Amino acid sequence: MASLDDESMRSIYRTMVLIAACDDGLRSAISAGTVTLAYYSPRGQEAVAAGFGAALGPDDYLVTTYRGLHDHIAKGVPLRPLLAEMLGRAAGTGKGKGGPMHVVWPDAGLMLTTGVVGSGLPIACGLAWAAQREDRRDATARVALVSFGDGATNIGAFHEACNLAAVWRLPLVLLCQNNRYGEHTAFAHHQRTERVSDRAAAYAMPGLTVDGNDPLAVHAAVTEAADRARAGDGPTLIEAVTYRLYGHVFGDRMAYVPPDELDAAWRQEPVARFRSHLLDTGVLSEDAAHLVEQECAGLVADTLEEVLALPEPDPHELLTDVVASTGG
Amino acid sequence: MREVREVSVRGAITRALDEALGADERVVLLGEDITDPGGGVFGVTKGLSTKYGSDRVRDTPISEQAIVGAAVGAALGGLRPVAELMFMDFLGLALDQLANHAAKLRYMSGGRTPVPMVLRTAVGGGLGVGAQHSQMLEAWLTHVPGLKVVVPSTASDARGLLHACMADDDPCVFIEQVPLLARRGLIDDTPLSLGTADIKRPGADVTVITYGRQVHEALAAAESLAAGGPDVEVLDLRSLSPLDTEAVLESVGRTRRCVVFHEAVVTGGFGAEMAALISEALFGRLLAPVLRVGAVPTPLPYAKSLEALALPGTERLLAAIGHLASYGG
Repeated sequence: MASLDDESMRSIYRTMVLIAACDDGLRSAISAGTVTLAYYSPRGQEAVAAGFGAALGPDDYLVTTYRGLHDHIAKGVPLRPLLAEMLGRAAGTGKGKGGPMHVVWPDAGLMLTTGVVGSGLPIACGLAWAAQREDRRDATARVALVSFGDGATNIGAFHEACNLAAVWRLPLVLLCQNNRYGEHTAFAHHQRTERVSDRAAAYAMPGLTVDGNDPLAVHAAVTEAADRARAGDGPTLIEAVTYRLYGHVFGDRMAYVPPDELDAAWRQEPVARFRSHLLDTGVLSEDAAHLVEQECAGLVADTLEEVLALPEPDPHELLTDVVASTGG
Repeated sequence: MREVREVSVRGAITRALDEALGADERVVLLGEDITDPGGGVFGVTKGLSTKYGSDRVRDTPISEQAIVGAAVGAALGGLRPVAELMFMDFLGLALDQLANHAAKLRYMSGGRTPVPMVLRTAVGGGLGVGAQHSQMLEAWLTHVPGLKVVVPSTASDARGLLHACMADDDPCVFIEQVPLLARRGLIDDTPLSLGTADIKRPGADVTVITYGRQVHEALAAAESLAAGGPDVEVLDLRSLSPLDTEAVLESVGRTRRCVVFHEAVVTGGFGAEMAALISEALFGRLLAPVLRVGAVPTPLPYAKSLEALALPGTERLLAAIGHLASYGG
């Protein structure tokens, strides 16, 4: 298992704190009526994103889904264009024309965020094929990682993509963030399998389940899968078991969630858990942790304030970027 | 120098793919059964996997969503994929990838992630293969902003238009009507661009707007009227999106009578779009209402006699032309 140095672990912690701060900032702004958007909080899933983000390079491709803020931040999308897109501003990643469900940032390898459950998987196969065509088999080889929820594993696209990735031995990491719910339906009510990773056997690819609230476990699993992919040995299905702490979409009263289950999930909340781990092991001091938390909260507050003052897209943007000849 | 040769539509498509694979390392092909010895169910990709390797000309499982999705992803990753969807009837299996992703990713990213890909697909109408292997579904696609839709009628157009699609930076759907594949014609190396209609036969009295294999039926109808009947112009749209609006309005503005003739079902078909466009622009100029001739609104029947009744043919086209000619000018 790849062991991480202290600096890397502190960096992972900062990523998790920044995700949580960003989520907090957005939920507060929606509650206050400052902004209006359909918001799919990734709160509780910070460790998955921070773990895989640290395991990938900026050249590696990422495909993610509408609950993707944590993935975006962890892959290195700058906060200003990210928040600007979420608020429909011209300075956003898609000039405000895509919205929170369609953030892309090719400079950081983020090639797609889709609003359609499961649809990113076949597209990630194509990105992995493009990476495979580059014909490198060393540490510089590019891999693709596709992030999706447990709900996506019941859609045909998942099956077609897993099979194609296996048949073509694509350099692809299939990362299921099993947050225990597909929309408003509990895992046990949407599939019989106990573990999503059990399905890997059907495609003759390695499958494993890790604690998705432990960034180090996710980092180790993704590093190993990415190494295998870079070496030309094909795809891996990783299931990171985590929890969606604020339900499906902002305003979700979570009436379908047993209160005991939610209490237990909050006791496993990954940011506080990793903080304790770093303090216990002496990687981080209380003062240093506090400093990171202050810095991230300040960064989010400042960026949100700045982005709120930015203009929406110019009307001429309506008709640009439809096809190549309509410019951009 | 223009080189002129006679080949089949099938041969012209194969040639265009071969030329593109030879000229640009980024071009890759994927689809069901496309490698040799078969080279696709209609032999369109024959010889290409042998020449360029089965890594670049790649067979897939029967997984339409994965085929089109992988093409989208490959395009995002810098390749120039040409995917084959065995029959257009299977479009529904892949439509999310095409309509929600290929068509929209440029716009939703503000231009950061264009999707330069081609989807080639076959239509078997007229071959007696029944309702699930025969449908012209171009109207499903022209309704989606961001997609380009091309239907060639001759060998030369097929080669030129496919090259234009492969060079294009947007997703293009290239529709190959199977009964057309064996039709031979001269091809030359003149490049074509998308969105340019072609007057296949000039005429003064009635414009027949059409595309694909119906171009040849329209030409036959026009010739049958040559002695004494109305003088019919045959305008081949070649690409429905982008559409050569200027050529449509120029032709109909001149003849003042128009029938739109296509293989697809009339109801909600591309002919309706043409009729609306022409009526809006030329209302005062028209001598007669714009007519539409297409398939009757039924699933395509299997029995040859019924299939022939369902699909539009020269007989119904001639009746429409006769009706238009009855309006004086």
